[in-house]
Amino acid sequence: MTIAQQQTTENKSQIDWSRIGIWVGVVLILLFCLAPVLWQLLTSFKTNEAISAIPNIYFPTPNQLTTSHYTNLGWTFWRYVFNSGFVSIVSTMICLAIGAPAAYTLARLKIPGQSIILACVLIVSLFPYVLLFLGLLEIVKALNLGNNYIALIVPYTAINLPLTILVLRSFFQQLPKDLEDSAKVDGYNTVQMLLQIVLPMTIPALVTTGILTLIFAWNEFIFALTFITEENMLTIPVAVARIGGASAFEIPYGPIAAATVIGTFPLVVLVLFFQRRIVQGITAGAVKG
Amino acid sequence: MATLSLENLRKQFAPKVVPVKDITLTVKDGEFLTLLGPSGCGKSTLLRLIAGLETPTKGTVKVGEKNLNKVPPGDRDMAMVFQSYALYPHMTVAENIGASLKLRKTPTDEIKHRVGEVAHRLGIEHLLDRKPGQLSGGQRQRVALARALVRNPDVFLLDEPLSNLDALLREQVRADLKQLFRSQNKPVVYVTHDQTEAMTLSSKVAVLKDGVVQQLDSPDRIYTHPSNQFVAGFVGSPQMNLITLRCENNHAIMGDFKLKLPNLTRNPSKVVMGIRPEDLAVASSEDAQTIQGKVFLSEQLGREELISLNVHGSEDIVLRSLVPSDHDWEGDAITLMIPPHKTHWFDIETGERLNREDYSPPVDSVPATAQNRAE
Repeated sequence: MTIAQQQTTENKSQIDWSRIGIWVGVVLILLFCLAPVLWQLLTSFKTNEAISAIPNIYFPTPNQLTTSHYTNLGWTFWRYVFNSGFVSIVSTMICLAIGAPAAYTLARLKIPGQSIILACVLIVSLFPYVLLFLGLLEIVKALNLGNNYIALIVPYTAINLPLTILVLRSFFQQLPKDLEDSAKVDGYNTVQMLLQIVLPMTIPALVTTGILTLIFAWNEFIFALTFITEENMLTIPVAVARIGGASAFEIPYGPIAAATVIGTFPLVVLVLFFQRRIVQGITAGAVKG
Repeated sequence: MATLSLENLRKQFAPKVVPVKDITLTVKDGEFLTLLGPSGCGKSTLLRLIAGLETPTKGTVKVGEKNLNKVPPGDRDMAMVFQSYALYPHMTVAENIGASLKLRKTPTDEIKHRVGEVAHRLGIEHLLDRKPGQLSGGQRQRVALARALVRNPDVFLLDEPLSNLDALLREQVRADLKQLFRSQNKPVVYVTHDQTEAMTLSSKVAVLKDGVVQQLDSPDRIYTHPSNQFVAGFVGSPQMNLITLRCENNHAIMGDFKLKLPNLTRNPSKVVMGIRPEDLAVASSEDAQTIQGKVFLSEQLGREELISLNVHGSEDIVLRSLVPSDHDWEGDAITLMIPPHKTHWFDIETGERLNREDYSPPVDSVPATAQNRAE
């Protein structure tokens, strides 16, 4: 009895140290990563006096908090959110609609010169896209597409296609070929097989690449700045950058912080919502596993 | 009703990659044909050719009188069970089994009835609402079988359906399979590299090597009358003893001993002798043809003991024999009887069987030896 008790106390002290160590590490890393975001969030809710107060206020009192930064953004800001959302969602959809069939073809069919095609796709993705935009600007001007959603949707789609194709291709290669053969023997024709058997299993990969594409399009700045000048066509990153103070010497920290929070919020929700989908291995159990 | 026949089937992927060379065979109703061979012998490609997943370079696949070469897999009325089972992961078991019926626009009531019936038969009724991911290996295997059975097809094709099960389950499912397909009375083509499965399940076995049928026969004929050295070595465990011997005056010389050659189709100067370990028995006094040797290794198999011995007078001849396990033979000298009627003789170059026999092969089987002899 006494021996048993001694052992449990010993075990306790050992376990405690290693667990504490892990949690200290976790908290430190989280703080390090989230600090800028948390600071932005805090700033967006502080009154202007609290923002400029020295020393910094980390834990504001209720009378130092306000929602006026958000309410002052006004309805025009929702217009920017809509612009960003529309451009990114449409370009993501087009990207997946073109990329998925291309990836499937590259993964399954034996096309002559396949490696050359893949190399080209890879080279396009390596090209620094900032160098493209002067050329694109000329095209946009020539086609008279300035201040048009198409001027953003097409380049975003094109820039994201290589990544989409490469990621989806490696996913398709992992999909067991037997499933497709089995579908053929069961009597599915090619279109039915792709839509009813292959597509449902591809959803996790589509969601993952779709989110990456969407994040890129949502955050993109230079094209949006160059191709769009009309006020009510702006996307969020450009709109946030344009928020100015009453005079040249005043930087409106509060409104900028509020705009950033609103601009980031949809992405955070989206990623959290689809996280399960991404992690969930939907193919589990298809073949021996 | 349905007879599956393959005529001069050939599949060529590249000039030097020819997994199926020239295969002609037929499978009638109720016949269970097993394609047996080592990996890379073309057996899976042959099955895929039958299913229509590959198109033949030459030759035809027929069911009855109908040439199926241009018919897509889904319209061939053949059901296939895959080695990996290939269940659709996003569908429930019931949807998996009923998928092919649904595609053929079968009324919903009938689908439900047929799925229920086949599930009852295989004992998977309680699993119908689950997804394949929630099933064990054995259960998935039965779902895959159910998916084939529910269609009531003309021909069943099975591609190593037991290879993903553990040994105990495999034995049990093997017995179930045999009963199940006997009741179907349809042509069945079964691919395996496992000779036990081939022996126990089939009514006919085709041993394949390098895309050519080596022998097409009933399982017992394959075992007792292998048509060439490859079949002799491939079928049977422990493996048949295959020993190259010099011939002299109608006798084969094994170390200090002489074995009388039977009336062979040819009398070469060297010959390959084959004898199964279980056919080598400890000699009793009246046996005419015996050899002696020294046991250098014995392996306990439980029921019997597998001993390896050097024949007296020749160090490099090693014979293996199954003897009763009541005695530890290691290091002892032993006298073994070689029964002449269980000894196989093969040509040293072509590997073909040299024993003369009063046996004509079935009409539909063209063993490689027949072709070789013609050359």
